[in-house]
Amino acid sequence: MALRTDVILRRPRSGRLEGRKTPIQQGSIVVSQSWAAICRAVPRLLWTAASLGLFAGIWEACWALGWADPKLLPPPHIFLGAIVEQAKFFNTVSRWQVGVGQDAGPPPSMAVLYTVLATTGRVFAGLVIAATLAISTGVAIRYFKLFERLTLPTITLLAPVSPIAWLPVAIFLFGIGNKPAIFMVVIALLFHMVLATISQIDHVNRNFVNVARTMGASKRQIYFRVIIPAILPQLFVVLRFNLFGAWMVVLVAEATGVGYGLGQVIMLGRNTFNPSLVFFTIVLIGVLGYSFDWLMRFVQNRVLYWVPQGVETLRGL
Amino acid sequence: MASSAFKPFSSKSALVCRGVGKVWNDGTPRAQEALRGIDLDIAPGEFVVLLGPSGCGKSTLLYLLAGLEDATSGQSWFFGDLVEGPSPERSLIFQETSLFPWLSVWQNVSFGLSIRGLATAERKEIARQALQRVGLAEAFDKRPDELSGGMRQRVAVARALAMRPKVLLMDEPFAALDVQTRAKMQDFLGDVWSQSGASVLFVTHHIDEAVALADRVVVFTARPGRIKTIIPVELERPRDLFSPEAERLRRELTQSLRDEVDRAFAEQEALAL
Repeated sequence: MALRTDVILRRPRSGRLEGRKTPIQQGSIVVSQSWAAICRAVPRLLWTAASLGLFAGIWEACWALGWADPKLLPPPHIFLGAIVEQAKFFNTVSRWQVGVGQDAGPPPSMAVLYTVLATTGRVFAGLVIAATLAISTGVAIRYFKLFERLTLPTITLLAPVSPIAWLPVAIFLFGIGNKPAIFMVVIALLFHMVLATISQIDHVNRNFVNVARTMGASKRQIYFRVIIPAILPQLFVVLRFNLFGAWMVVLVAEATGVGYGLGQVIMLGRNTFNPSLVFFTIVLIGVLGYSFDWLMRFVQNRVLYWVPQGVETLRGL
Repeated sequence: MASSAFKPFSSKSALVCRGVGKVWNDGTPRAQEALRGIDLDIAPGEFVVLLGPSGCGKSTLLYLLAGLEDATSGQSWFFGDLVEGPSPERSLIFQETSLFPWLSVWQNVSFGLSIRGLATAERKEIARQALQRVGLAEAFDKRPDELSGGMRQRVAVARALAMRPKVLLMDEPFAALDVQTRAKMQDFLGDVWSQSGASVLFVTHHIDEAVALADRVVVFTARPGRIKTIIPVELERPRDLFSPEAERLRRELTQSLRDEVDRAFAEQEALAL
């Protein structure tokens, strides 16, 4: 039942499609292409900087005018200036254990890194598990009529349930640790993605299926060689749209059920009345979420190169 | 089947239809008769154009002959065998692009061969030959989205040819192309057809296309589609589309089609109002 990933994963976006050109020509193409890419990226970077600068500027102005109390809403120069001091709070590893002091554990910079990696890892694991489960379930629902009848009504019923409602279930099932957080990410994405998979299968170009049929393809071949490749790009877009939802859910899960992670740091900031820590963590989460989205777009362009371009709705940041 | 109107046929015919009819959504309130009582014989190597107003069921006939849909009445035979499902020997070429965007051109062309389980080297070789026959050997490693609309349709033809079909069923394959490209594609198709020896059943609503390509033109009535008349084309190939004979044929086909277009129009207006 191997999906024919070889045809999907092989070819980069550009590259040997340039045809038979001399090495010098190829070199100049590469240079001019990267130069063009830089020229396109510069205005975008400038606008991103301008947007962030405007936002931070208004905040700073409010502080300078005395409207924003620095104890409640410390402006960027204060909470970013306090990074070194705040970093030690990220060292939440094993804090709940008896006999573990404030200074135990890794140095502050490493603690920040561990925390970030832990949260990112949970989001990533959740995305991979959710996508795999959702695609296989969705395909199975369309492939086996009985499976559809047995599962689809339940899935449709569960889809609108807020992931927050699953939080107690996550803790009942998995206690504390990585598992409940990953479970939360999976549950937040799974049902929507199953429904999206089914809808994508129903909207596969009929001509594709008919071509395969006239070529003598079996039902299994049609599913694995036509339908699944045809739905992957749009499903990847769905996955990207749900990425931010995954980041939200993982924070909630971490705040309640896990010993460390960015959600836990936010809760610590709240409980110890430390707005600098909260804002610093918010910046971290924003940067991480954005990088994650960028990474997924990069993967999408390289691996799923037949995605129609121009669906870059999330570019705004 | 044993009605007195049943016309006998030769099993040497590439395609035979007897009393073929199709009702969409049969037995429901939305039932709509698309085709009625089609009797048609197509000889091996013959180029037959199905001409008719839009929505007259000519594409439906193609889908029935391809085995992708089941007829509501009547039967079809392919070299004496009953048509019961799709077959690579009856390749259908669609109006819109139907190349798989996730495969390269050669992988598209050899898709059917990989379904048959041929080895990669052999598939590559056959794909290379098929692409050469449509004049696109250069596009071997390209992706479909790098090609123009006309090139994509040629690749689709190559994909069909790679299966060595005995009949090519073409559903307005050049309708989405601009006029100049379409003229080029007609020349190209004429060449491919004469070399391949396959029969072609070609659906269009362009009279010029019928004049340029057909051995016989089958004119359809408006819905439900029936055969109104069959006009043999005696023009020599390569054809001079501006000769007096071509002009006369064009006039004859226009005349024959006009009433049907009027009827189709009146019916559409009646449905819309």
